[in-house]
Amino acid sequence: MNRYARRLTSNKIWLGLSIGAAGFGLFWLALILSTLVWNGMSGLSLSVFTQMTPPPGSAGGLLNPIIGSLILTVLAVVIGTPIGVFAGTYMAEYGRYERLTFLIRFINDILLSAPSIIVGLFVYEILVVPMGHFSGLAGAVALAMIVIPVVVRTTEDMLLLVPNQMREAAAALGAPQWFVISRVAYRAARTGMITGVLLAIARISGETAPLLFTALNNQFWSINLNAPMPSLPVVIFQFALSPYEDWQHLAWTGALIITVTVLSLSVLARALTAKGVER
Amino acid sequence: MNAIAVRAPLTETPNTREKIAIRDLSFFYGNEKSLKNIELTFYERQVSALIGPSGCGKSTLLRILNRIYALYPNQRAEGEIWLDGENILSADQDVNMLRAKVGMVFQKPTPFPMTIYENIAFGVRLYENLSRAEMDDRVQSALTKAALWEEAKDRLNTSALGLSGGQQQRLCIARTIAVKPQVILLDEPTSALDPISTAKVEDLIDELKQDFTIVIVTHNMQQAARVADRTAFLYLGSLIEEGPTTQMFSNPKDRRTLDYVTGRFG
Repeated sequence: MNRYARRLTSNKIWLGLSIGAAGFGLFWLALILSTLVWNGMSGLSLSVFTQMTPPPGSAGGLLNPIIGSLILTVLAVVIGTPIGVFAGTYMAEYGRYERLTFLIRFINDILLSAPSIIVGLFVYEILVVPMGHFSGLAGAVALAMIVIPVVVRTTEDMLLLVPNQMREAAAALGAPQWFVISRVAYRAARTGMITGVLLAIARISGETAPLLFTALNNQFWSINLNAPMPSLPVVIFQFALSPYEDWQHLAWTGALIITVTVLSLSVLARALTAKGVER
Repeated sequence: MNAIAVRAPLTETPNTREKIAIRDLSFFYGNEKSLKNIELTFYERQVSALIGPSGCGKSTLLRILNRIYALYPNQRAEGEIWLDGENILSADQDVNMLRAKVGMVFQKPTPFPMTIYENIAFGVRLYENLSRAEMDDRVQSALTKAALWEEAKDRLNTSALGLSGGQQQRLCIARTIAVKPQVILLDEPTSALDPISTAKVEDLIDELKQDFTIVIVTHNMQQAARVADRTAFLYLGSLIEEGPTTQMFSNPKDRRTLDYVTGRFG
């Protein structure tokens, strides 16, 4: 009985430690989120979405960085997704047993965890310097380079989850390989692949570092891809560091907008994955 | 080597014609020779069963007949397989055309993640350009032949993944028939099914041999006895014996065949 009592005690200790650790982590998360909501909500009003960033001391909103962020994100996804999907398809389908695939996977994993400021510096070298100025296009390319490894990884993983029997069954009907991939494998992997793109969007919508060297920022309304373009993360960075109180308030509000967006995307991605598993 | 491998005596009855003739066929996984100099003939509109213990090469042999093995690297077949006088192992054989002629149903039901209707139309669309009405007819006739029409007719546009395992397997058979192949390969088609679904599939095989040449791999000897006209026994990659099913089960020539069919090993 003594052994049994010891086991009960050690179970309680482990349980206590686990709950304690989980609680510790969640506490700070809740603290960050509540501070963000508390400070962000107070500044939230319609004018945030309808007015441009103000000079210090006057009223204004975040319309131009919101639109800028939308343009940069959409463009990055439009550039990055096809490249990522095609590369992932090569790795999982055409070149599954090739040496090149192992090499790509290795490099892709490095890219996946590379500090994003390096991506920014790289695009600065290959686009900003030759063009002679910062531009929205360079920003989108930098973000696309963060999208690509995420999409490559999820596309490959999701296609590898499609059972080979499914491919054999389609091939056994006389379907050529591209047809098997596009009509059967993609369909079976669809939810996972969409989830990957959503996660990539969530990842880039908060990125600041790659934009500092590429899209820079713009105080004014600009949808010109050939000119510096404002974005929420960079504006938050600039406003939060400023000594002006109204700018700091706008930074809180911008941070809240990004967080809510990313949170909704993650929830959507989770819901899609759950639906995919249930099928 | 393996001189025991007897070729079937070619005492053809008037309506049996050689459909597939396998000549000196060997197969390699990498450097490992897993089929050794097989000589075997399958006759038109007959059911031929391949039996033998696990790892004897029966599934491997089946997978050569539509060259599905070619999807994977490091697998290689040597020898000849004549289908209606054409060597399907020759380099200029188009594998997709071959697979349209030689259909295959797998061990586990493999419905595609689409509707029942689309599952069947999938293969047909590859090689035929049918009008909507013609396609409807084709889907109905394939499902009818596979004894699934009554159960599926009211849910053609629902996902095939909602069918039961036995229904899914019959759907896979329907999908294969719809392409109008000449030969159907069945790779342990009932091993994942319950007894009632198994009986349905076996009845179906009996029906299908009116129209198709059928080769079935099975680890269930009773099944071979029930459905096959001829049976071939493979052991360790070699063909040990081949002949009419009744003879194989009642009066085999080789000791090993007798041991296997009476359950002494395997």
